[in-house]
Amino acid sequence: MSQESFQVPPLAADPEANGPPQPETEATGHVRPHPAGPEHQEALGFPGEIPDDWQERALARMESLLERNRALRVYMDACVRCGACTDKCHFYLGTGDARNMPVARQDLMRDVYRRHFTPVGRNFPSLVRGRELTREVMEAWFTYFHQCSQCRRCSVFCPYGIDTAEISMAAREILDAAGFGQKYTNEIIGKVHKVGNNLGLPGPALEDTLEGLEEDLKDDTGHDIRIPLDQEGADILLVTPSADFFAEPHVDGLMGYAKVLHQAGLSWTLSSYASEAANFGMFIGSYEQMKQIAERIRKAAVDLGVKRIVVGECGHAWRVAYSFWNTLAGIGRGADADDTYARALQRQLDPRYPVPQHICEVTQDLVERGAIRLDPEANSHYGGVTFHDSCNVARASRMGQRPGGQLEIPRQLLRASVHNFRDMADATIGDETFCCGGGGGLLTDELMELRVKGAQPRVSALRETMDEHGVDRMVAICAICKAQFSKILPYYDIPRETVISLHEVVGNAVRLDRSEA
Amino acid sequence: MLTATFAVLFYTATVVLVLGLAARVYLYARTPAPLRIPTTPAPTTRGGAALRVTGEVVAFRSLFRGEKLLWLLSWAFHVALLLVILRHLRYFLDPVPQWLVWIQPLGLYAAYILAAALIGLWLRRLWIDRVRRISTPADHAALALLLAIGLTGLGLQHFQATDIVAVKAFFIGLMQFSWQPLPAEPLLLLHLTLVAVLMMVFPFSKLLHAAGVFFSPTRNQPDNPRERRHIAPWARALEQDAPQPKQE
Repeated sequence: MSQESFQVPPLAADPEANGPPQPETEATGHVRPHPAGPEHQEALGFPGEIPDDWQERALARMESLLERNRALRVYMDACVRCGACTDKCHFYLGTGDARNMPVARQDLMRDVYRRHFTPVGRNFPSLVRGRELTREVMEAWFTYFHQCSQCRRCSVFCPYGIDTAEISMAAREILDAAGFGQKYTNEIIGKVHKVGNNLGLPGPALEDTLEGLEEDLKDDTGHDIRIPLDQEGADILLVTPSADFFAEPHVDGLMGYAKVLHQAGLSWTLSSYASEAANFGMFIGSYEQMKQIAERIRKAAVDLGVKRIVVGECGHAWRVAYSFWNTLAGIGRGADADDTYARALQRQLDPRYPVPQHICEVTQDLVERGAIRLDPEANSHYGGVTFHDSCNVARASRMGQRPGGQLEIPRQLLRASVHNFRDMADATIGDETFCCGGGGGLLTDELMELRVKGAQPRVSALRETMDEHGVDRMVAICAICKAQFSKILPYYDIPRETVISLHEVVGNAVRLDRSEA
Repeated sequence: MLTATFAVLFYTATVVLVLGLAARVYLYARTPAPLRIPTTPAPTTRGGAALRVTGEVVAFRSLFRGEKLLWLLSWAFHVALLLVILRHLRYFLDPVPQWLVWIQPLGLYAAYILAAALIGLWLRRLWIDRVRRISTPADHAALALLLAIGLTGLGLQHFQATDIVAVKAFFIGLMQFSWQPLPAEPLLLLHLTLVAVLMMVFPFSKLLHAAGVFFSPTRNQPDNPRERRHIAPWARALEQDAPQPKQE
């Protein structure tokens, strides 16, 4: 590993009052992702090289986005630069870069919008700070729209609900259309289209991996707990982030799902065709890419003839599944009578369950019905456990029937599974949760400085619960959060093993006493 | 000549304000919102979402969570502005309804709050380095314009006896298309000119937040994507070649 040349920021003593730093010009202007090569661009239908007419293409794309997305249209006009968002972004708090204040990030696009799309900006650009879309501006977009993890924390505090995630998604879509793609995200989307998952793990390799995990489960528990693959006629299709198949601590979560489903006696299967819950199409704002990836889930559900669709632990994946799958691929309910596309799948699915359903909803339902029992004694080796609300789960989805279920259900499961559960500081959890620093397509090594600095607000709150309440584990329900924390916690002198999967904790606690007759 | 100039000015300002704002609202309403993106936890029903927007419009709920000082200054400013505008209705209504008579003193106190809040907002914009950095000339200009309107209004109230009967006759005349002479008092003319300018820049400036707040998908959408399928007209076209489930 290369020698790092940046300072890890000091943790805030009081994570509730994480004093905003003085804004500094281009403090992290040098941190930018690798551009996508021609093969990764062309696989998604984007220009391989930056074409001569890139500016025309970018402005044409921007115009079409303004016409097809009300959020972008309204958010370009509505900002009054009141500054309520300026101290809310974890990347600003961690880097002090003035461009990481949400309004300043948005203004990278808004200045261009005013110059090219409003009468005042076209005629008096200096009055409203209109900016021509030059090559230099595109480079600034590439840098700073990849210093946004699309976590939506700023949007919570905006008087008009302006969502920087929407603007950063649109910016990345414009960048892609003009040939300025980002390697990490676009390469991964290509793999999903080709192989079915972000890792590029082919079916036979997946089968091997799962067999190995079944052996581990047998050794650990003495029970024949299966992780079925491509089982036609199974009741439940489980779609989970591919990191669950091998990464630590993700894989312990997968084994936890298997224990719960085994104990409840449910019939389920994974799919090698749809072996990925993640949908990086969201990160680049592309409706078309997102839809294409979501179609894989629909096809697998249809081909396997399942009655339910359940999603594993992943933040943005749950946002796409919960909020977008119904729209994108008809995976949901309430289609119009003439909507034959969506109705075809709906007829196949069991109307007694939500579509899609989060694994935490499934487990909580089983606990409530008494179908499984949780024994916190099994987790007495933990000193104390806290919970990191993943941004996309907390601020862009729901679990259960009532608003806020996405915050309550994971906590109910944890309280039932451990003796000492402690929340972190109020202003850092729930819908005010701080991003892990690696979401939104930033989980790549060349952005390590940004990732470490952006984690400062979250780690400050974690450190406080560790020091004051003896917490030694932080549970996450997102594959990106887990990977990010495993990597960056050591920078703050916290062991990487601190971050664990929710279903590892639940899996330990579930009483495996089903008669296997 | 003076009367004609101001008559034309106010007709123009009214047309620009009404048509400009209507065009913007029409554009917002017509542009589809392709995906469900409410910031959660969010109400699951339409009525709940309407209440949520009402809370934003009336009480600035999100801003209250974000920054207390700014909330106080901006809420005070907007309420004061509303009262001041209501107070001015007496120049357009004949006879003046009883409730309008009652709120006249309130409107006067409100004018002081209006000016004080604007000064507070401006100081904050200059004082906090984060906010100073994000400000554009237009942000300062908007504050200057509003403050100038407030101060000239207060000046008319206290330092220059204005023939308000004639002013009322002028505006009623405008509405009835039978022009009456406007008193040629410099402070009054300045006040009126600034108001006309405000009306004309409204649809082309950040003042559009007044319309935008009603159309923000993160606030006005109910959280029901699993229960209902929402699909934008342009997105339906993408479904043509999607694979269909096998028929049984």
